[in-house]
Amino acid sequence: MKESLSMNDSPAISRVHASKINKLIQRLLVYLLLILFALAFIIPFIWLLSGSVKSSSELFADPPVWIPEVFQWSNYYEAFTSFPFWLYFKNTMLIVVCTCIGAVLSNAMIAYGFSRIDWKYRDAVFVIVLATLMLPFQVIMVPLFLLFKDIGWTGTFLPLIVPHFFGNPFFIFLLRQFFIGIPKELAESARIDGANEFIIFLKVILPLSKPILATVIIFQFIEAWRDFLGPLIFLSDNRLYTLSLGVQQIMSENDPRWALLMAIGVAMTLPIIIIFFFLQRYFIEGITFTGSKG
Amino acid sequence: MNTERRNLRNGLLFISPWIIGFLCFTAYPLFSSLYYSFTQYNLISEPIFVGWQNYYELLFVDNIFYTVLGNTLYMIFVGLTLTTIVTIAIAILLNTDGIKGMSFFRVVFFIPTLVPFVVLAILWIWILQPDSGVVNSILAWFGIDGPGWFASPRWAKPGFILMTIWMSGNMILIYLAALGDIPKSLYEASSIDGANVFQKIIHITLPMLRPAILFNTITGMIGVFQSFAEAFIITDGGPENATLFYSLYLYRNAFQYFNMGYASAMAWILLIIALTITLVFFLLSKRWE
Repeated sequence: MKESLSMNDSPAISRVHASKINKLIQRLLVYLLLILFALAFIIPFIWLLSGSVKSSSELFADPPVWIPEVFQWSNYYEAFTSFPFWLYFKNTMLIVVCTCIGAVLSNAMIAYGFSRIDWKYRDAVFVIVLATLMLPFQVIMVPLFLLFKDIGWTGTFLPLIVPHFFGNPFFIFLLRQFFIGIPKELAESARIDGANEFIIFLKVILPLSKPILATVIIFQFIEAWRDFLGPLIFLSDNRLYTLSLGVQQIMSENDPRWALLMAIGVAMTLPIIIIFFFLQRYFIEGITFTGSKG
Repeated sequence: MNTERRNLRNGLLFISPWIIGFLCFTAYPLFSSLYYSFTQYNLISEPIFVGWQNYYELLFVDNIFYTVLGNTLYMIFVGLTLTTIVTIAIAILLNTDGIKGMSFFRVVFFIPTLVPFVVLAILWIWILQPDSGVVNSILAWFGIDGPGWFASPRWAKPGFILMTIWMSGNMILIYLAALGDIPKSLYEASSIDGANVFQKIIHITLPMLRPAILFNTITGMIGVFQSFAEAFIITDGGPENATLFYSLYLYRNAFQYFNMGYASAMAWILLIIALTITLVFFLLSKRWE
């Protein structure tokens, strides 16, 4: 604004020019840096992809080979047949689906109790929920294991599934923030029509919360799909192994076949990247929601 | 029944799954680990009460414990500081006016956080391979002889820091959201005063990011204490215990040496350290205000 007022005298014009050129250089610099960072973040994936179709000698070549001479697609075939991929996949999916169901059912209900009903001590109790958010799992890991061992659940999927039906502080927080934002009037009119809390929860709140429920499902899906420590502690029978445990078992063998491992790595990662691509809106909402209001 | 009582009943009814879960899967384990921390328990015979012995051994006898603690604090203070600098830098770059391809960059920076831990391990073993790895061959272009990374006691932790930075896309998203909330008028006012880019970052951006930095630092610290799979798979604590982190050593004591009591004492020390660091971060953040 200041500059446009004094457009008439020439030194001001050259100053405008200079500041424009400055802006352009600045923007170019920003793009250059961003592209460099982006490359650093992408290269590991490209390396994984290219490694999954390399021969063993190319894998160990120095300097590294980026594009293999012959694409060894057979790595993928061998990867799926060299260990019980489908069994482990089914086990993993069973756990993933059950925990997703548990997460949606329990957390929606709990968050409703923490946001849409006004009861004494509510906010004090909610502080406890937030405090558990900061509890490292390692603090309770040992007694949790002993508890599940005592009731005979170790060596089954139950310790990995059942706790998810009893709430997760992160999801309670996320859903509560969303429920608070829904206008009170919507529930009031249903209440005047004689609906009780449970009907309001089912018929008014849940239908309005589909996007945030989707966010919960996606986060839980990824979490359960990535998990390593849980299955490592609670599953011992290798017929119950998840994909992660199966892969780790191969890696701990002497002289593992790395090209196959990379092919399995691609197969385990690609589905989530595709999910992310289509549903990224939900991810970003979920993360920024917690961060900016935490 | 009056409204207040009905609301209390309904409220408790709705949160009842959490109450049960909290009692069974959080409170009970928390306090029974306090109990076990005063016992010797190997899963076979009954727990024997030994008083403060586990704590005494950890703090005054076990040499490895301080190595473990040092490794973990290194990851928190050095690793988290570097992660914070890089993630804020990327967020500021992304937040530049008129940058195109935002959603592309967002995807690129976020995707690494989705990779399963075992795949992460496969990836980084190869990226940081001393002879044929990507990082060292890039260093070689500049005539730098790259280190042994996971094979070297000195460079293994920096290797894990690189990996942590690579996986910190959610921090970038949180900083980006917080940057979006800073009123433009603040920058415009300082432009009129003749502030340059760096002065604006130091005097406007960073102070306004304070809540986001506090949030990311605390969750990042909990993340460091919890991180287990990477070190377990890639280095199993080596070389020379350089990557023996807290959760890995706790796991070893519990599930490899079957010292449930010793592991429980470690768990309680961890809890106290985590609480202390959280408190310190809160106070520092208050002071900065």
